[in-house]
Amino acid sequence: MKKIYRLDEIDCANCAAKLERAVGKIDGVKQAEVNFMAQKMTLEIDDSRAEAVLAEVKKVCAKLEPDCALIG
Amino acid sequence: MSKKLKKELIFLIVVLVFFLASVAVFHFVSAPWYIEAAVFAVIYALSGCKVVIKAIKKIAAGQLLDEDFLMTVASIGGFVIGEFSEAVAVMVFFRFGDWFERYAVGKSRKSIAALMDIRPQTANVIRNGEEVTVFPEEIEVGDVLIVRAGEKIAVDGVVIGGAAALDTRALTGESVPRDVKEGDEVLSGCIPLGGVIRVKAKQKYEDSTVAKILDLVENATSKKAKSERFVTAFARVYTPIVVGIAALVGVIPSLITGNWLEWIFKALTFLVVSCPCAIVISVPLSFFGGIGAASVNGILIKGSNCIEALAKSGVFVFDKTGTITKGEFVVTKVVAESNYTQADVLGAAAACETGSLHPIALSVLKAAGKAEEGYEISEIAGKGLKATKGGDVILCGNLALMRDNSVQVGDEADGVTCVYVAKNGVYMGRVECEDELKPTSAEAISSLNKIGKTVMLTGDNARVAEKVSASVGVSETFSSLLPGQKVDCIERLAEAKSNGETLVFAGDGINDAPSLVTADVGVAMGGKGSNVAVESADVVLMYDDLLGVVKARKIARKTMRIVKENIVFALGVKIAVMLITALWFANMWLAVFADVGVSLIAILNAMRCGKK
Repeated sequence: MKKIYRLDEIDCANCAAKLERAVGKIDGVKQAEVNFMAQKMTLEIDDSRAEAVLAEVKKVCAKLEPDCALIG
Repeated sequence: MSKKLKKELIFLIVVLVFFLASVAVFHFVSAPWYIEAAVFAVIYALSGCKVVIKAIKKIAAGQLLDEDFLMTVASIGGFVIGEFSEAVAVMVFFRFGDWFERYAVGKSRKSIAALMDIRPQTANVIRNGEEVTVFPEEIEVGDVLIVRAGEKIAVDGVVIGGAAALDTRALTGESVPRDVKEGDEVLSGCIPLGGVIRVKAKQKYEDSTVAKILDLVENATSKKAKSERFVTAFARVYTPIVVGIAALVGVIPSLITGNWLEWIFKALTFLVVSCPCAIVISVPLSFFGGIGAASVNGILIKGSNCIEALAKSGVFVFDKTGTITKGEFVVTKVVAESNYTQADVLGAAAACETGSLHPIALSVLKAAGKAEEGYEISEIAGKGLKATKGGDVILCGNLALMRDNSVQVGDEADGVTCVYVAKNGVYMGRVECEDELKPTSAEAISSLNKIGKTVMLTGDNARVAEKVSASVGVSETFSSLLPGQKVDCIERLAEAKSNGETLVFAGDGINDAPSLVTADVGVAMGGKGSNVAVESADVVLMYDDLLGVVKARKIARKTMRIVKENIVFALGVKIAVMLITALWFANMWLAVFADVGVSLIAILNAMRCGKK
């Protein structure tokens, strides 16, 4: 399943790249793409345990980018 | 500028004034070190607390080599070894750089949104006989919209009442208004300049042109270019390497010379230079600007990677019908046998062609004006049509159809597309049609000939193809191709081209989709082109004008030049500052310039991409 988040207040392009790498490593995330200019994160995740995976995504994001809010 | 950014700017300016005043005062008035330290500590706390707090949070998250952390270490380190003003300068200017970066990014996001100011806010539709205002998303297919002068058409549809001159600039970049009347199709995002038109919705909002374009442009930067991947990969190794060098610089010379203060200061200077943000931000910002500049010109580029490929384009392959030519046939000549008039021939042809949607049929019907009704029409695939009424049988089609029915044809047409007409087994004459060239095709192809090779592909026969290729000046032509053979042709051309060059294919039809995907850059005609072509393409020309290919290449080259400039400039300055620091003298102001100053310059340079 595909999930798109809006990223509010993502700090810098390098941080976006780091977030993309970290989220991409989460088990259950098939593909993660962070678009710094459009302030969007597009995820391709496992259908079977979508909820757990998305919770983990939120956790990683809050850890790496404390100021950045995931919307959507 | 958002309120938050504005507030922050005022705060930063106050801190800066306070800081510069302190530097000036301590320059002229000598004060005990602890007073100086106390004053700068206050300024540091004001400017740096946010950064330090973030750095601590990130250390907790295991992010050691983060820019907040590096700046914190460099500035606190400077403080500890007694370089108060320089340590505070690092923090103050780091905050300014960070502020400017956010400002620039926000501004270019907004400017693209403004460029793409095509999103209709509301629409007026007729529901139960009354006019009501609804959101575009609520429009159903079949709804009747009332669009007044100055309002954007919310969904794609067809005019069922009224006439107006339409401003299509937002979609196509074309400044001459297009006149529409009853029966014409209109695209969402166009604006009637005068009068009121009633439009019957043919698409829902999310399937309409406007929604598709917005979606496309917003997501274009998701497909990252190689140079973009390069900088993020580079940033990943750059910071650890520089921090490693800083550690070595801080320890080894100190052990040898015993001059710990000097070398630790040099190491701290390295940390300031170690942030890769200037390079990392300027690259996507450049691509974003380039994509924005193209969309103002009615050229939709679907990804940063397409910009990269376009900039290197050297072989330009075009489909003929609908791409080089208009794809609209016009009857140019009617040849009648001696017993008939031209009107007889055209009338008989029109009677057969009624109901057919083939471009040639449409041109015959248009030329005839009206068609005699009451015929029973059957299609003979690949050959033509047969119409019967009472005892009369009219045949209308190609030579093969005439031969199959043993009709003796007088003279055959040469190098033009034509239909032969016969009634009750007797040849009446023929109708010749021609597909007009688009007015700018020759100009576009002559510009591209100066850059590389131009090739035309067509399913038409050699004679028709030669005529077109001679008049537009393409350097090579392949004719009588089936759709699958077009792909083979492109593959062969791709193999033959020189290394480092890319191949561009422009086409419009459903059958061009495989070729669009095969080419390095697929360019679709967005106005009249089929949806399949638009979806498989990398670049869409909203105004179906081949000059768009020339323009897109120009924008792509400019964008890539700026990307390269930024990478070379940012890296060059950083390396130069590191060399100066290691071999000569250390100055944190210089390092601050290498970090914040370079970011500013790179961002300003990147923003040039968005200029027309």
